Amino acid sequence: MATSTETTTEKDVAEKRPRNLAKRKNTDKWGYFFVAPFFVFFLIFNFYPMFYTIYLSFTDLAGWATEANFVGLQNYTTLLNNQLYRNSVVNTFILWVINFVPQIILAFLLAYWFTNRRLNLKGTGFFKSMFYLPNIITAASVALIFRSLFSYPRGPLNLIMLDWGLISTPVDFYRSVFSTRLIVSFIQFWMWYGQTSIVLQAGILGIDDSLFDAARVDGATDWQSFTKITMPLMKPITLYVLVTSLIGGLQIFDIPYLLTGGGPAQSVETMMIFIYKQAFQGGRNLNIASTASVFLLIMTAVISLFIFNSFRERSTKKGAR
Amino acid sequence: MYDTDNMKKLKMQRILLYVFFAILTLLSMIPFWIVIVNATRSAPEIQQGLSLIPSDSAWANWTHLRDQGFNIFQGYGNSFFIAASATILSLYFSSLTAYAFIAYDFKGQKFIWTIILLLIMIPTQVSIIGFYKFMANLDLLNNYIPLILPSVASAPTVFFMKQYLETIYHPALVDSARIDGASELRIFHTVILPLMRPALATMAIFGFIASWNNFLLPLILINERSMYTLPMLVQLLTTDGYRTEYGAMYMGIALSVAPLLLIYTFLSRYIIGGVTAGSIKQ
Repeated sequence: MATSTETTTEKDVAEKRPRNLAKRKNTDKWGYFFVAPFFVFFLIFNFYPMFYTIYLSFTDLAGWATEANFVGLQNYTTLLNNQLYRNSVVNTFILWVINFVPQIILAFLLAYWFTNRRLNLKGTGFFKSMFYLPNIITAASVALIFRSLFSYPRGPLNLIMLDWGLISTPVDFYRSVFSTRLIVSFIQFWMWYGQTSIVLQAGILGIDDSLFDAARVDGATDWQSFTKITMPLMKPITLYVLVTSLIGGLQIFDIPYLLTGGGPAQSVETMMIFIYKQAFQGGRNLNIASTASVFLLIMTAVISLFIFNSFRERSTKKGAR
Repeated sequence: MYDTDNMKKLKMQRILLYVFFAILTLLSMIPFWIVIVNATRSAPEIQQGLSLIPSDSAWANWTHLRDQGFNIFQGYGNSFFIAASATILSLYFSSLTAYAFIAYDFKGQKFIWTIILLLIMIPTQVSIIGFYKFMANLDLLNNYIPLILPSVASAPTVFFMKQYLETIYHPALVDSARIDGASELRIFHTVILPLMRPALATMAIFGFIASWNNFLLPLILINERSMYTLPMLVQLLTTDGYRTEYGAMYMGIALSVAPLLLIYTFLSRYIIGGVTAGSIKQ
């Protein structure tokens, strides 16, 4: 965070200086040319599809029909009464909570240990890169890996548990709602805790050292300065981690879809799986899928606004200082 | 006395932590290791028990995989073509956009910046149905264009590039080139782009991997088997042809993760550095 303060001051300088150069005025129009490709492609591939999705949610476009007729809010009432959809919302949040709570705890602990000067651990670079490794691997492949590791009756995990005498008969993990949800959440946890802990560490290293020195002089223990200095100062970055993880969690698709296709009993059928199945399987209900997308958009927007506001607060505080 | 006690305690703490980190390291590696080892074992061997030592059926598994029509090289090629094209487009146009924000004052600048911030927060997946229908209307299904061209407007990359430019840009950098009569676009190409090399390298890695791993969008847009990307090929491994051919299935998974594992052994330092840099700049 020290860097961002520096950046703003540098930018102030950079903004003041050019005003003295008269000739720069003529070049400002180039700003439009340079932003134009971004803006045009944004309009075509982002803006239009989003409004098209919203439009479709008010129509009856389904199956192989080519004409869309306006039906008002009909899809919205249908969807809100759809038990499968309501379950998919609940499932998505359950999967996120079971993954995020242990993830943020472990990430915080790792960040604390890695940055603790008294412990002065060696090889943290190596461990960081090992913890981050699962994050870059194709989610589709990861899903297949865990699908086979936990497979029934003679998957690697069953074999080893039989071998060690932990179980007497193989366990069919993917027939149980509980263990399937646990596996999906574990995969998410496994893929993301490394990333989260790197982000938190960067935050901790950005805290002014003199604060810790002062605390040490006053006789604070490591743990005390962690809970009394680090944690409060880390509030914004923790909030950032929470919100980005939540927004990502709302979109979860690859892992549960390729692991079990949403089963057993639709227990890991997430919002994105619901949307995909509605639109591209069976009845091809593009209208219902669009409506579910609009709900997802609203949820995401509300969460984003929340983080937007918290960032604004942060920058005004910074300005005051 | 007190000091030595403290030292002992610290040493103990350190050892325990290293053990814990070693366990987490194994947790990161073992799933991949089991997959790679099983890719070299026959189906009966795999059914018999777990082993961490490779066996000798790799070739048999590979032939079976090939006979199932699992064309991994085509998958690599398709994914590489899409990821490389998308990455180049997003690097070039994101730098250009970021430079416009830093170097010029123009009306609507704030408005477009707000759009970029919103785009970072709202994932494209929410408008995937409209995107699909729009592409279908344009007759662009089974075409790579919808997988490549949208990366011209890649908001997170613009954000990262702008943050980077803010730390290195100074009007004096371009003034001399301007006096020499160079055009603005030429200045961008010859002065700014070379300066941005570190940021370009970081974003190249992340952009490439993100595109390489993308599953949902190609799943929706591509039906043609010869156009399948790597994640779509992986999805085929869940079908009936592999119900008993465990070795071939593991071989398929292993081949799908091998390029990334290999790249990671060389680039992990840059990748971790990129994650760190990205998070500080938030």
